[in-house]
Amino acid sequence: MNTAGIIHQTAARTDTEAPIFVAPEWKLVWWKFRKHKVALISGIIIVFIYLVAALVEFLAPFSPTATNSKYLYAPPQPLQFDGGLFVSGYTSTVDKAALRRIFVVDPTQKIQVGFFVKGIPYKWFGVLPSDRHLFGPVDPTQPMYLLGADRLGRDLLSRLIYGTRISMSIGLIGVFFSLLLGIVLGGISGFYGGMVDTLIQRTIELVRSIPQIPLWMGLSAALTFSISPVQTYFAITVILSLLAWPDLARAVRGRFLSLRTEDFVMAARLDGASQWRIIFRHMLPAFYSHIIATLTLTIPSMILAETALSFLGLGLREPVVSWGVLLQDAQDIRSIATAPWLLIPTLAVVIAVLALNFFGDGLRDAADPYAR
Amino acid sequence: MLQFILRRLLFIIPTFFVISFVTFIVIQLPPSDYAQTYVSGLLAQGDNIDAQATLKNLRDLYGIGEPAYVQYGKWMWGILTRGDFGMAFEYQQPVSFIIWERIEFTIVITLASLLVSWLIAFPVGIYSAVRQYSLGDYLSTFLAFIGISVPSFLMALVIMYILFKYFNITLGGLFSSQMEKAPWSLAKVVDFLQHTWLAILILGVSSTGGLIRTLRANLLDEMHKPYVITARAKGLPEWKVVIKYPLRLALNPFISGVGFTLPLLVNGSIIISVVMSLPLVGVMLLRSLQSQDMYLAGSLILITSLLTIIGVFLSDMLLAWVDPRIRYQ
Amino acid sequence: MEGPELLLEVKGLKTYFFLDEGTVKAVEGADFSLLRGGTLGIVGESGCGKTVTAYSITQLIESPGRIVEGQILFHRRLNGVEGSPATTEVVDLAKLRPGSRSICEIRGSEIAMVFQEPMTALSPVHTIGDQIMEVILLHRKVSKKEAREQTVEMLRHVGIPKSETRLDTYPFQLSGGMRQRAMIAMALMCRPSLLIADEPTTALDVTMQAQILELMKQLQREMGMAVILITHNLGVVAEVCEQVAVMYLGEVVEWADVEALFADPLHPYTQALLRSIPKLGQSKKGRLDPIKGMVPDPYNRPGGCPFHPRCAQMIAGRCDQERPPLVRRPDGRTVRCVLYADS
Repeated sequence: MNTAGIIHQTAARTDTEAPIFVAPEWKLVWWKFRKHKVALISGIIIVFIYLVAALVEFLAPFSPTATNSKYLYAPPQPLQFDGGLFVSGYTSTVDKAALRRIFVVDPTQKIQVGFFVKGIPYKWFGVLPSDRHLFGPVDPTQPMYLLGADRLGRDLLSRLIYGTRISMSIGLIGVFFSLLLGIVLGGISGFYGGMVDTLIQRTIELVRSIPQIPLWMGLSAALTFSISPVQTYFAITVILSLLAWPDLARAVRGRFLSLRTEDFVMAARLDGASQWRIIFRHMLPAFYSHIIATLTLTIPSMILAETALSFLGLGLREPVVSWGVLLQDAQDIRSIATAPWLLIPTLAVVIAVLALNFFGDGLRDAADPYAR
Repeated sequence: MLQFILRRLLFIIPTFFVISFVTFIVIQLPPSDYAQTYVSGLLAQGDNIDAQATLKNLRDLYGIGEPAYVQYGKWMWGILTRGDFGMAFEYQQPVSFIIWERIEFTIVITLASLLVSWLIAFPVGIYSAVRQYSLGDYLSTFLAFIGISVPSFLMALVIMYILFKYFNITLGGLFSSQMEKAPWSLAKVVDFLQHTWLAILILGVSSTGGLIRTLRANLLDEMHKPYVITARAKGLPEWKVVIKYPLRLALNPFISGVGFTLPLLVNGSIIISVVMSLPLVGVMLLRSLQSQDMYLAGSLILITSLLTIIGVFLSDMLLAWVDPRIRYQ
Repeated sequence: MEGPELLLEVKGLKTYFFLDEGTVKAVEGADFSLLRGGTLGIVGESGCGKTVTAYSITQLIESPGRIVEGQILFHRRLNGVEGSPATTEVVDLAKLRPGSRSICEIRGSEIAMVFQEPMTALSPVHTIGDQIMEVILLHRKVSKKEAREQTVEMLRHVGIPKSETRLDTYPFQLSGGMRQRAMIAMALMCRPSLLIADEPTTALDVTMQAQILELMKQLQREMGMAVILITHNLGVVAEVCEQVAVMYLGEVVEWADVEALFADPLHPYTQALLRSIPKLGQSKKGRLDPIKGMVPDPYNRPGGCPFHPRCAQMIAGRCDQERPPLVRRPDGRTVRCVLYADS
């Protein structure tokens, strides 16, 4: 009351002689956002992760589905440097008791690792054919498992990189659908009020008050029994957005309600502006930054939901690779004990979600026009 | 007040029907039905049965093959009049015989973890708000974010691995085998806690992050309201001001926050029971969904949802009790 | 001590807010004093530092704000018993740490405050009685029962009917006027020697404003306390106050008796302020004369006299260069303007 009053009262006014500085809203948001160092770093991490998701074929040294029966559960090889990069090879013995191969990293074998090496062919963005990979063993027949191998001898690093694309995109696409639902329903609810509002509000309350996981499980179990992996991908996306829209709708409605009574909206109405003009020219610009922030905070919850579902075996399934699918291999303590590196995808999930949460939080703070 | 209670109570009834209906539709979606799965399972095991007759019997009993609304009606009628949730095909027992014990333990574990999350979130949230921008505030904010971002089942996986690898401890089940059938006693409670402490702790911690953030934000909002200045102007020492005024008001969203914490906890308990192999609702639900044991799956979804809604209702009542603005509406 | 006794002296008070965007000099030199039992009005446009000055007196300024300079001398009666030879102790409130025990002892018991917005200034989840009784329980050794009786008595005194039952109601169950009466009752519970009222009538409708002002005047007479009334309404000042401090951009530019100020305003800002309000008997053709320009941005205070960009009598090369000195006139008024510096 005391200080805020002073500042806001006079900040809008300037001395008659002084030039008036005007910055567009995005610039103001950016100036404020820049001060959140953690959010800024998170933003960089997010860009990096999405870059990985875009360049999967080039970045992953191997195919995510290429099995190799010689290297089941091969442990990670550390990357070493002696003028050129290399990894050590393996020697394996068979453990008679456990009936499986035990791998020992053998420092006498050197496997040269190079950049821009030839590997499996792919097409850049589905168009330009290429067979170059950012890095990989110079001799493609040699093993290189920087993060170890899974139970079928597949390269965990490559699978993790491929998983990035699915996990990160499912968040984006899911958010897009729930944004549509949220804006339309929340907007209708907030703009018209009355019966429609009550009905939509009750629906939102209902969806929010039930635990979602059992319903998710039911839905995805129902939907994914007999359809192809691609269909599953979309089915999961739709399920996630069906259950995530209430939060967005609430945010949109809240903003609409508070803006509806603002003087500038009334002024626009008195000027004879049409409903749509009022919504799109006057109200939307006043809160789109807030919506974007809420969106950013919805993405991580979607990623987590997908991970949880796939982890339980009710979401995406092989041969589709997502972080959740990868973690399915780490479901019981015995396989984790045998191959602890199978937990590495956890790290990817945590980093991505943490970065998105910090980023979204910083964005929300920066976008709040009333924050001091 | 009475009106408020009635309104909230009345909200539960349509909610119950909507949830039951949605649940029913959802479990109806798969193309094959359980009778089919069940009979072909028996045949595959080499049981000598009259496939057609069994199939017909099962279908008649539950209205399978009839329109969905008839099946739904039969199911609802059974629940409302006889407490009969239908047949758990895989267990060859009525659903109501096999679920209650699991549901009880799920409730116990969920409430215990709610308590844990409060015990942690409360002091940390207050400290964070009162000492805003202090080192402790930054630390707790950071930890809260980690709590929000790391899902409970991943936390459970990692901790279980660490316990196994470095302490050679494996946790699983609710009781040790000799305690399983024993009557309730202090020793049994201790045994129960020894088996479930990790699950309770992880669940509690995973919802603490959100609570800390909420409490901190609420408290910070309230701390700058004029009535706090009034309280200071009376000459109250600062700690009394904080406890009597802003904290008291910040508690309201905290209590209503139960409504939003509870579904999260139930979610978490379902996945975590799978990860930690605890015989709770989660494991049974997953199994029943995989085998399309529709009445069992449907009943579990229905009951967990309903219990959550009742929990939310209770927290609303608590809120009305502490907030005169709602009480005197 | 002969004649009227001093109660409060504010000397060269400066309160700054240290924000990321820069330092806001909310109060930049406030000088005035107040006699025991007297009434001082602080007037000025919104954002001129009136409220911050008032909050500075009781150390209610919150971080990032801080009193950086000046003295607030409070002449405290030690035993507080009427009639006995008054022994006074002078406390510099500006030196006390905010939230320290010494300031908490003075707040509420010797200096009480009434705020602008009676809805938000009372906690919505505590009863009126609870919030009022708290003051007396805190500062006086009384039992709960006595505190309750005194509260009922005080509520009746400030004109709240059926005060025994009103005690147990919540603020939202009372009307705005009633809430402000309750607020005043709370402030007066310990019979303070100074009451600071921060725009106490601004949030009320006009008839209620008059009633509340009348009530305050009456209570002031009865209890013999001094009042600092913060307002932007010059009419209220003329009605209630004995002395006025006019503030502009954090500075007290003029301090005088009410009659003297209205009859002969010295500072150009005061003159402009008086020209901008309607007067009874003014010819119909005469137009109101608003002050030209706007209050400058607090981050960029004009150098020299802060009023010079808007001042009609600005002396180029002087007003925009040097900070005008505080001029004490023979009749005791003070003014901060170069026009009077040489006389």
